[in-house]
Amino acid sequence: MARFVLNVDGERHEVESDPDMPLLYALRNDLTLRGPKFGCGLAQCGACTVIIDGNATRSCVIPISAVEGASIRTLDGLGTAERPHPVQAAFIEEEAAQCGYCTNGWIITAVAGLERNPNPSDRAIREMLAGLKCRCGTHMAILRAVRRAADMLAAERSVGAQLDGRESEGRAQEGSA
Amino acid sequence: MSRIHASEERLTQHDVGARDTTPRIRRSATDTAARGLDRRSFLKGGAALVFTLGTGGGLSILPFRSADAQSRWAAARGTDPTQLDTWIAISESGDVTAFFGKMDMGQGVDTAIAQIVAEELDVDVERVSVVMGDTHLTPNQGGASGSSGCRQGSIPLRNAAAEARRVLVERASEKLGVPVERLRTQSGAVFVADDSGTSVTYAELIADGFERELDWNGQYGNGLLVEGRAERKSPREYRVVGTSVPRKDIPGKVLATTEFCHHVTLPGMLHGRAVRPPIANAVPVAVDERSIAHIPGARVVRVGDFVAVVAEQEWHAIKAARELAITWSETEPPFPSMERLYDHIRSAPVVADNSVANFGPRRPYDPQPTLDAIAASAVSLEAEYELPFQSHARMAPSVGVADVRDGEALVFSDTQKPHDTRNGIAKLLGLPPERVRVVWRPGPGSYGRSDADEAAFEAAVLSREVGRPVRVQWMRHEGHAWDPKAPAAVITCKAGLDAGGKLTAWYFRAKGFSGWDVMFNASDPKDTLVGQLIGWPKGDAHNFGVPGESYAFPNAVKFWETIPPLMDRASPLRCAHMRAPQEPQLHFAQECFLDEVAARAGVDPIELRLSLLTNEREIAVLRAVKELSGWESRPSPRANVRGDVVTGRGVAINSGFGGHVATVCEVEVDRRSGRIWAKRFFVAHDCGLVINPKGLVATIEGNIVQGVSRTFEEVRFDERAVRSVDWATYPILDVMDAPESIEVVTIDRPELPPGGAGEPAHVTVPAAIANAVFDATGVRLRRIPLRLA
Repeated sequence: MARFVLNVDGERHEVESDPDMPLLYALRNDLTLRGPKFGCGLAQCGACTVIIDGNATRSCVIPISAVEGASIRTLDGLGTAERPHPVQAAFIEEEAAQCGYCTNGWIITAVAGLERNPNPSDRAIREMLAGLKCRCGTHMAILRAVRRAADMLAAERSVGAQLDGRESEGRAQEGSA
Repeated sequence: MSRIHASEERLTQHDVGARDTTPRIRRSATDTAARGLDRRSFLKGGAALVFTLGTGGGLSILPFRSADAQSRWAAARGTDPTQLDTWIAISESGDVTAFFGKMDMGQGVDTAIAQIVAEELDVDVERVSVVMGDTHLTPNQGGASGSSGCRQGSIPLRNAAAEARRVLVERASEKLGVPVERLRTQSGAVFVADDSGTSVTYAELIADGFERELDWNGQYGNGLLVEGRAERKSPREYRVVGTSVPRKDIPGKVLATTEFCHHVTLPGMLHGRAVRPPIANAVPVAVDERSIAHIPGARVVRVGDFVAVVAEQEWHAIKAARELAITWSETEPPFPSMERLYDHIRSAPVVADNSVANFGPRRPYDPQPTLDAIAASAVSLEAEYELPFQSHARMAPSVGVADVRDGEALVFSDTQKPHDTRNGIAKLLGLPPERVRVVWRPGPGSYGRSDADEAAFEAAVLSREVGRPVRVQWMRHEGHAWDPKAPAAVITCKAGLDAGGKLTAWYFRAKGFSGWDVMFNASDPKDTLVGQLIGWPKGDAHNFGVPGESYAFPNAVKFWETIPPLMDRASPLRCAHMRAPQEPQLHFAQECFLDEVAARAGVDPIELRLSLLTNEREIAVLRAVKELSGWESRPSPRANVRGDVVTGRGVAINSGFGGHVATVCEVEVDRRSGRIWAKRFFVAHDCGLVINPKGLVATIEGNIVQGVSRTFEEVRFDERAVRSVDWATYPILDVMDAPESIEVVTIDRPELPPGGAGEPAHVTVPAAIANAVFDATGVRLRRIPLRLA
């Protein structure tokens, strides 16, 4: 047993465990998070997925000793009812869950995937999500939700770019005045 | 008003005795616990029921500390179906709670219940919350079962809500001194019709509860029905029912705030893990406890042939289960080789048989006249369809938390049937059922009699042994290899045609393992793995089924036969129902064979079906899907198919659980790789009154996609053990292979009660795909999983 320091959703946590304990058990049992879930313990289903230093990672197999100092993001820290992440907002809008047990993996993988590829084709969305399991067969709604999220994010970027353009225009005018 | 006859309990189950080919109906005692339980006295004194676990002192552990136990209704209410207060509570702030003895398993049933209650009660749907599946808070409505959540489960809630509104209006009439005829209700208040300034809220009227009785039909389970004196709304008046109210469960699941069963912890809780034998029928001979001495806090618990470990830390329990050295008995491998499965079924003795669908009583049948008619026909056809074992393969394997002490047990489970599980755990522990509380919490979709109950029973055994609360989480290999399986079968179809291609006879025989090798609930420890391992003799009930559509086949016989299980206890290939019991297997055969007949007769597959169907609703969905899919009327297979990638279309129908479905699938087949892609689906669906259109379409989509997955699934095993142990060895549908589109048309019938939607569409999928593959390629696939290469 040893003490490990984790940086999860911007907060520091200390966990005492065996070095080989997968991160998932620290998140579930020590930090009592409800997002990452145990599905297989084999990195096959994705229910446990978290984002470690920008990469969607299966927390059920990565040892706690390997993630000290890393930035770990989870579904629990992603958004709130008042301020959901766009991917969460899209999943709520499309009602893209049945039992909801696998939902964590799809949302987190989509968040990391859209950060990497902000303008995915429908095909690229499927590839981004390949390998994740959903026993209820919610795939159609999930694909609609991730498409919607990608479009929302693109619209936000477009608005942001226009605002940036106006600001830089304004600054240029100030400079010339 | 019609009174419902209150008879003896009539939740019956059909059971076939040992080597007895006559199914007999057994009237089973069911919910004695609820009758013996008077919650008013049992939980009297709201403050006293908030008990802090771990303090000892002889207080009951059943009213556990949580938000619901601390609320007013938890103290004041009972589960007696005859009491209106059992079903509906209105708080001082006007919030409405409905108590539902079933659960939502991911299809939005709780939202539908909230809509129905809001509709009849005239309150805003946002103000209705639904408490589900808690044996101390909800009446025994049979849990999640047979697509009955709305079809049957909503009816008592609808009637109770209507009666509640009637009582509220009556009270308002007294309070305001205005006759009821002049009162109307809206948004949780009673108004004087011609005086909008005068009103009284429900909360003001009902602070002390309803204290009214309902007529009860005396049944528990799916058939539980209560009625009051109120007239219910006409569907024409519906404003909430029939609208796409947002699903109540979705935000919590998306925002990670939902408490799943997997999140439940109790103070002082240990983690438990079972250890399974390497050969399915081996039992532990010796357990070397020193082999885990180096793991902190880990210790062995052995009861009979059940071996488990417990530890303070979950990871230590996992390690201990992996590292525990056990000497297992030497045994003869119990299974046939996988390659011999279907020959084994063909040659196995018949243990039970019947000629009716799933839950019907035995009906005699005689295949001989049918066989004679086929022999006398100009043309005869015969085909055999082979259906493998399939695993429920839930997203997470079984989980359960139990605290057994001082003659009581508090259990958390994601079981589909908490009241039955309560009875089973009570029996296991030798406790009266009313001293056991099973609390359902959401879990991964289970879709039948999966492994869901197993961990709760194991946790109860372990908690009893160690005297502390125990959480058992099965590992992945247990979820795949040790869950009850959908029964494997060989289905034989024969038909005769006259010289003009018209059907002269129809023969349908399903022979397979019993779908009731594990019964459809866990009301007895004999139907759990741990129960059998610690000495409860396994049951011997038999069931399979035959299809029940309205085809007017001449000289028809349809029957099923079941064969002995492969092991007489604790088998990883024990069988139970999986989504839509055995209907996917049955309809794969029936709907494919109809296509074979159509092809032989040179007629369009939909035209053949339309010529045989007699049920108007089946005809209507078939016509609707024909139009929706732009179906070209012609025989299969397609003529002049060229190219590496070819397409085809297939159809299949199903009626069941109060729903009627016709499905068309378009496949794309890559003739180089043999890949079959079920690319597009068209579904026409009639389940009577539609409560939530968006929720219904989502449920149908889920039925279809899971059906695509099951079309390509099979459990792998060898003589010694099940070899499907994870997602690599039991692959399910990947998103890359998900359909491109699913188009759904629903036929709303507001004049009819709501039917089932959780299963009927699922049943159509394997046959629709196989028929489409035949249309595309001319190759008839008769075995699941479908494979061209």
